[in-house]
Amino acid sequence: MFDAHIVRKDFPILNRLIEGKKNIYMDTAASAQKPRVLLRRLEKAYLEEYANVHRGSYWLSELATENYEKARYVAAKFINSESPDSIIFTRSATEGINLVAATYGLANLHEGDEILLSRAEHHANLVTWQQTALKTGAKIVYFDLDDCGNFFWNNFISALSSRTKIVAVTAMSNVLGTIFPVERICKAAHNIGAKVLIDACQFAVHKKIDVQKFDCDFLAFSGHKVYGPTGIGVLYGKYDLLKEMPPYQYGGDMIEHVSYEKTTFALPPARFEAGTPAIVQAIGLSASLEYMMQFNFDDIEHYEAELIDYTTKHLLDIRGLKILGTAKDKGGVFSFAIDGIHPQDLAFILAKEGVAIRTGHFCAQPLVNSLGYSSLARASLGIYTTKEDIDDFIVALQKAKNFFTNEM
Amino acid sequence: MSIGNLIEDFSFLDNWEDKYKYLIELGNQLPHFDDSQKIEQWRISGCQSQVWIIPHFSSSLLSFQGDSDAIIVRGIIAIVLEIFNDKSAQEILDIDVEEIFDKMGLREHITPNRRSGMLAMVDKIKFYARQSLGEKNEYSRVSGQENL
Repeated sequence: MFDAHIVRKDFPILNRLIEGKKNIYMDTAASAQKPRVLLRRLEKAYLEEYANVHRGSYWLSELATENYEKARYVAAKFINSESPDSIIFTRSATEGINLVAATYGLANLHEGDEILLSRAEHHANLVTWQQTALKTGAKIVYFDLDDCGNFFWNNFISALSSRTKIVAVTAMSNVLGTIFPVERICKAAHNIGAKVLIDACQFAVHKKIDVQKFDCDFLAFSGHKVYGPTGIGVLYGKYDLLKEMPPYQYGGDMIEHVSYEKTTFALPPARFEAGTPAIVQAIGLSASLEYMMQFNFDDIEHYEAELIDYTTKHLLDIRGLKILGTAKDKGGVFSFAIDGIHPQDLAFILAKEGVAIRTGHFCAQPLVNSLGYSSLARASLGIYTTKEDIDDFIVALQKAKNFFTNEM
Repeated sequence: MSIGNLIEDFSFLDNWEDKYKYLIELGNQLPHFDDSQKIEQWRISGCQSQVWIIPHFSSSLLSFQGDSDAIIVRGIIAIVLEIFNDKSAQEILDIDVEEIFDKMGLREHITPNRRSGMLAMVDKIKFYARQSLGEKNEYSRVSGQENL
């Protein structure tokens, strides 16, 4: 049975005091805290196993290479990739999406083609395609969610057309929490010959990724959100597509043969990992992914579903509070607004109570604006979030609210 | 209210709750902009909430109006305006705003993000001061952190 109270103990930072108060970390959607196993793994990699990879035939380099490639294998297992060769280590999910846009996108998009996005995309998956559209003459088409943030199949399917070449959607909205029916989306897109890129940054924290079941063409997620290090992301691509794609960046480690006149490039994944990669970050990420895989995702989902209900109920007890995003199928993020109080003012008081929430537009400015706000507050859950955290958060929120309403 | 009085009042309040309540009180006294004033031209970037500062150049002194959609920020604006209004451009450039916030005991209570927002306002005010001095070659430095 999954118990967040036990899990909590694996995350040393949660025990530190914030302004003399208990650390109530409600911003996992922005970045997750780190388990001790990750820190130990990073330390070991630097202290005992460090050298550059894919280079020397000396012992440490071979060990580092083995660990780095094992990390690729672990990442493949985490998302049920058919092969570790489909796994490209990037700097971030943002870089993963940029890589696809700059290689597959520029090579395959032409004037008149359409790129289909939801209106709830993170800037990483919106701005990137906007710029790719500008370069290629392709057009961006958006489909709407319904007023509660539910994915509405008819909106999606009627926006999909024979001109659609790429569908780029999140698997879980970082603002609304909406879970997208990724498998159905891929099937419909493939029926008309379009490719699908999934932004799985939020989804990866809460639900089991299965790229073979999804049948997505590309999928990106970041390391730091899945309890891993910063500076590392994972891009999955179907191998047949990767093989046809031109390189993203040029340099060492991505070549097959170089002469002064010309260069031939290595096969994927090496082709897309120019230069010395984030070796230790990749190894660290594998420790975090293994940490996550020791849990049964069904248990996590079950626990989180309860916690979502609990949080929703208590948030709605606060008068004047509105939750943005109440989709039936949603993950553990709660964007909200309280009548007459600016989110940043709320966050200010919450911070003094040891509660960390995010405010602003969450890198989804068009969506937040279209909901009628310039800024929202957001609380999000991680595997270490307990009911007691929610209780403390709600008490602090009520206090913050009173702070302003008594004054105004 | 003079800045001397503000420093005295704030330093007298010894916990963050009271300091914040006083900031809110100051924020509540600050006149609101109408929509025609809340335009991109006057918006300060680098703040987590929306902030607008409008400069007025009259005779040899400068003055400013400001507004925000967040109340604590409005309180901070009220202090910033109190510090900088009706000063000459040179006086404005010579003011060390961090020192004043330090004396108020506010510095430690303003989060780094909030501080960078406050500093963005001060940057803009100093930019207008330099503009009025005609130091055209200084314009490009406006987003820098000089004097801060």
